[in-house]
Amino acid sequence: MLITCPYCGPRDVIEFTYQGDGNRERPQPASQDLDAWNAYVYDRLNPAGDHNEIWQHSGGCRAHLRVVRNTITHEILSTAFARGGHKSTENRAEGRS
Amino acid sequence: MSPRRTETGGRIDRLRTIRFTFDGAPYTGHAGDTLASALLANGVTLFGRSFKYHRPRGVLSAGVEEPNALVTVLRGEVREPNIPATMVEIYDGLVAVSQNRTPSLAWDIGAINQLGGKILSAGFYYKTFMGPVIGPLKGTRFWMFCEHFIRRAAGLGKAGTAPDPERYERMNAFCDVLVVGSGPAGLMAAKAAADQGARVILADLEAHFGGSANWSGETIDGMPAADWAQRMVGQLGGNDNVRLLPRTTVWGYYDGNTLAALERVTDHKEVAAKGEPRQRYWAIRAGSVVLATGSFERPLVFPGNDRPGVMLAHAAERYANEYGVLPGQRIALFTNNDSAYRSAVALKKAGAAVVAIIDVRSDISNEMRRMASEAEAELLAGHAVVATEGGKALTGLKVQRFDAMSGSLSGDERSIHADSLLMSGGWSPTIHLASQAGAKAEWDPARQAFLPPKPTQRWIGAGAFTGSFSTAEAIAEGRAAGLQAAGGAASSAPLPIVEAVPGDPDPAPVFEIKAKGKSFVDFQHDVTAEDVRLAHREGFVSVEHLKRYTTLGMATDQGKNSNVPGLAIMAEALGKPIPEVGTTRFRPPYTAVSIGSLAAERFGDLKPERLTPMHDWHIANGARMYSAGLWYRPMIYGLAGETVEQAYVRESKATRESAGIVDVSTLGKIAVQGPDAAAFLDRVYTNMFSTLAVGKARYGLMLREDGLAFDDGTTWRLGEQEFLMTTTTANAGKVMQHLEYFLDVIWPELKVTVTSVTDEWAGAAIGGPKARVILAACVTGTAVDNATLPFMGIVHGRIAGVPVMICRLSFSGEMAFEVYSGAGYGTRVWEALIEAGKPFGLVTYGLEALGTMRIEKGHVTGAEIDGRTTARDLHLDWMLSKKKPFIGSAMMDREGLIASDRLQLVGVVALDNRPLNGGGHIVEELDEANPHDSLGHITACCYSPALGKYIALALVKGGKARHGTRAFVSDPLRNRFGPIEIVSNHFYDPDGSRMHG
Ligand SMILES: [Zn+2]
Repeated sequence: MLITCPYCGPRDVIEFTYQGDGNRERPQPASQDLDAWNAYVYDRLNPAGDHNEIWQHSGGCRAHLRVVRNTITHEILSTAFARGGHKSTENRAEGRS
Repeated sequence: MSPRRTETGGRIDRLRTIRFTFDGAPYTGHAGDTLASALLANGVTLFGRSFKYHRPRGVLSAGVEEPNALVTVLRGEVREPNIPATMVEIYDGLVAVSQNRTPSLAWDIGAINQLGGKILSAGFYYKTFMGPVIGPLKGTRFWMFCEHFIRRAAGLGKAGTAPDPERYERMNAFCDVLVVGSGPAGLMAAKAAADQGARVILADLEAHFGGSANWSGETIDGMPAADWAQRMVGQLGGNDNVRLLPRTTVWGYYDGNTLAALERVTDHKEVAAKGEPRQRYWAIRAGSVVLATGSFERPLVFPGNDRPGVMLAHAAERYANEYGVLPGQRIALFTNNDSAYRSAVALKKAGAAVVAIIDVRSDISNEMRRMASEAEAELLAGHAVVATEGGKALTGLKVQRFDAMSGSLSGDERSIHADSLLMSGGWSPTIHLASQAGAKAEWDPARQAFLPPKPTQRWIGAGAFTGSFSTAEAIAEGRAAGLQAAGGAASSAPLPIVEAVPGDPDPAPVFEIKAKGKSFVDFQHDVTAEDVRLAHREGFVSVEHLKRYTTLGMATDQGKNSNVPGLAIMAEALGKPIPEVGTTRFRPPYTAVSIGSLAAERFGDLKPERLTPMHDWHIANGARMYSAGLWYRPMIYGLAGETVEQAYVRESKATRESAGIVDVSTLGKIAVQGPDAAAFLDRVYTNMFSTLAVGKARYGLMLREDGLAFDDGTTWRLGEQEFLMTTTTANAGKVMQHLEYFLDVIWPELKVTVTSVTDEWAGAAIGGPKARVILAACVTGTAVDNATLPFMGIVHGRIAGVPVMICRLSFSGEMAFEVYSGAGYGTRVWEALIEAGKPFGLVTYGLEALGTMRIEKGHVTGAEIDGRTTARDLHLDWMLSKKKPFIGSAMMDREGLIASDRLQLVGVVALDNRPLNGGGHIVEELDEANPHDSLGHITACCYSPALGKYIALALVKGGKARHGTRAFVSDPLRNRFGPIEIVSNHFYDPDGSRMHG
């Protein structure tokens, strides 16, 4: 599996660390809405297909990337910096990278 | 000249004699021989004993698919089991032994299992050992009792116990086109791609490129096919953009066109050249892959088809043409297709008598009839072999009239005298890599074979792999695939001209001859046709279940021969066509891969080690080192004759009485800097850091998002916008990633940078009643008295001229100081502290004493912050700020996390004055025979010199409420049972008067 880091270019997956489901939406820090916290910490879509994920280029520039990956074929559909928000996006990437 | 060796022919070098031993007996062969060809040339027929019934077995094939002739190769102390003799190239001094026999191959006591065939039928292991109660022994306990004996009697080769001294290498390779297989299709593909300028890797698991060209006896471009192949290899080798990898098995096809291959670099050499590894693991990233992996000939299933002397037809042809070895003098062939006729002619030409061709088909083409005459063989059309005769070698066979449509036998049996029986049950494309790449194979009713699926990754098939079994087709498909893979246009240039015997590629759909006797489907796992039917009768319908129940195709050969015949027999039993029964998906590895090659440089000399700046000093001063992750840390500084316990007791006692010093450079250190650094730490830690004054430190606790405890450590405020965070040694990397994640993904608006500075600082912790006077004796530029350096205060000064940062904090419970200096000056500062401490009885102490003193104080570490405990469980709730949210604050008060019966941290004192063990359970009632109802477990233990007792920390249900009560430790694995008292985790100086001074 190759992941294209916007800084470093296409790199082998062993340079990256999976940092979880990219669809999670963290409640405001002071939120007491336990259901929202529960959803954030535990609820996962686990789709058989395209999936938003966060990967860290831990063996490289250490940036976090928002990656759309197909969980069946392991095809990487898009990569972008995660910086700038953690909101859920459409589960289908706009285009193939 | 040995009896079975032909006068001429083959690619062996008859001028070079190689000496080797098999089962201790000396043999000779020639350069170019495999162990199988050399032993056959010596007239050896018996190669091994079968897995379950210990039946005598010969060699079935000439290649990687060999199920029977498995040997163990010995090199010094090292033994490598389960290698097909067909894949071992002989070298002078080779020592190989057969497997699965006691005491010798010819006389094997295990052969008595043949008499008990019914007992050992399909599912024997499951039925006997996974069942309910057998007498007083439960099924699984009975298994544990018998396992040792059964494994010894029924195992394959035995692995060695000596460490493997060999070196292995890992290589990463990139290419435009990877060609797997170097038969005519692969050679054409590699050449076509290389001519386009593509970077090409050509890999073949055999020692010599050429594949079937090496033994087909065909003519290509007017020359023998083997010569044509060598010319092609020569041309390829002259190209800078081509890498040739012989003896290289591509064994895994992974995502993103990443393939794994194993190159056997020196296994065939008597002595490796300097610097050569034994094997090389290749990770190949290929733009495109050409799969030209050929096909396997299938055995036919009939009674006695496993007798030594029964061989695949093409294998015999290969031994004759490639190695100049005849498998017998009087040869019979048994076939359901045309390809065996070419084998018959080849063996006749090589000098053998071909006594009969037995063909299940009654309708034989004129072309094949003519070939049978050319081989001077009697043609028995519409016949089948129903039995074989002989013991450790074949002496003859019996045939009967056979109707291929109904599968019925008729007429009288007729005996044929022969010392070799060659069989051909049709051909199966070698689709393993394509299947690994992700798609399902498709059944082709004409070829009676699974053909490769449509590509799901960037690969193109060529030759026999696609079901195109003729060399002319292979050459055309190979060139087309090579051009396409390299992005070139199709070519209309003339192709090499092949002169070959025409033949129908489609076999008769006959897989099994049902007659009395054991008919083997899976030779290596001793699975018979009757076993498959028994599995069906017992209700196994899915092919996956069938495989597991009968163990069909689950041996080291992974069913390379047996897959299709097994499915065909299953399909017949189910009354379904083969494609409805399905095929199993092939998974990596294609052949066995040594663990050493996977580990490669991650093991041994090149494994990274993390050493503290003072490492050499520790070694020079008698430290016994302990590896903690990648770090090496002093465990004890033992004196002559001291046990580990005596050493740590002495070290911690001396520390509490005068002073001790320990290397703490391994602690994780992270610089947290920026205008929002304090605000960030408030969110990360459960307690406040924005209120911390510059020049002060504070102990901090982090939780995970789910509210459980994550890590702890002190963080020092060095400036308004600058903090130095310390973490536990084990969690340094995890904490760093945790901080980076929140800054990058969750709170990108915070102006903070985090930098790992673990390796920039050397750290020494000096503690004890004399610690302050020792510091005062060597520190310049600052005072270290209580007013200047209060508890949790930080000062800057110099030791031995080196700038240092000193923080007064304590892990040992004594008045203690951590002294940080630049890593390059660590030893200089350390030595100055040791020197200053000499008049005051300063000792160096290691991890054991450190652990002892922290247990006495009741401090937690990773053993207690184990991912299941909360701050409250560890009595750290005083650190949970109510004034601000922090990571984990919303989730930490959930019902299950505040229940009163949770495991809580306690202290434990052994009442029988004997050592306790980490992992020992705490119980209310002692029942040594049937331990039950654990209340919790011990996390850390030691002998406490301060208390004069064996003590421990433990996590116990409702722990705090149990202070002062008695219970028992129950540790059946180490047979440690005994009474304990549960107490507070603060064993020593609970009010902290010593560290506050
Ligand atoms: Zn990067």
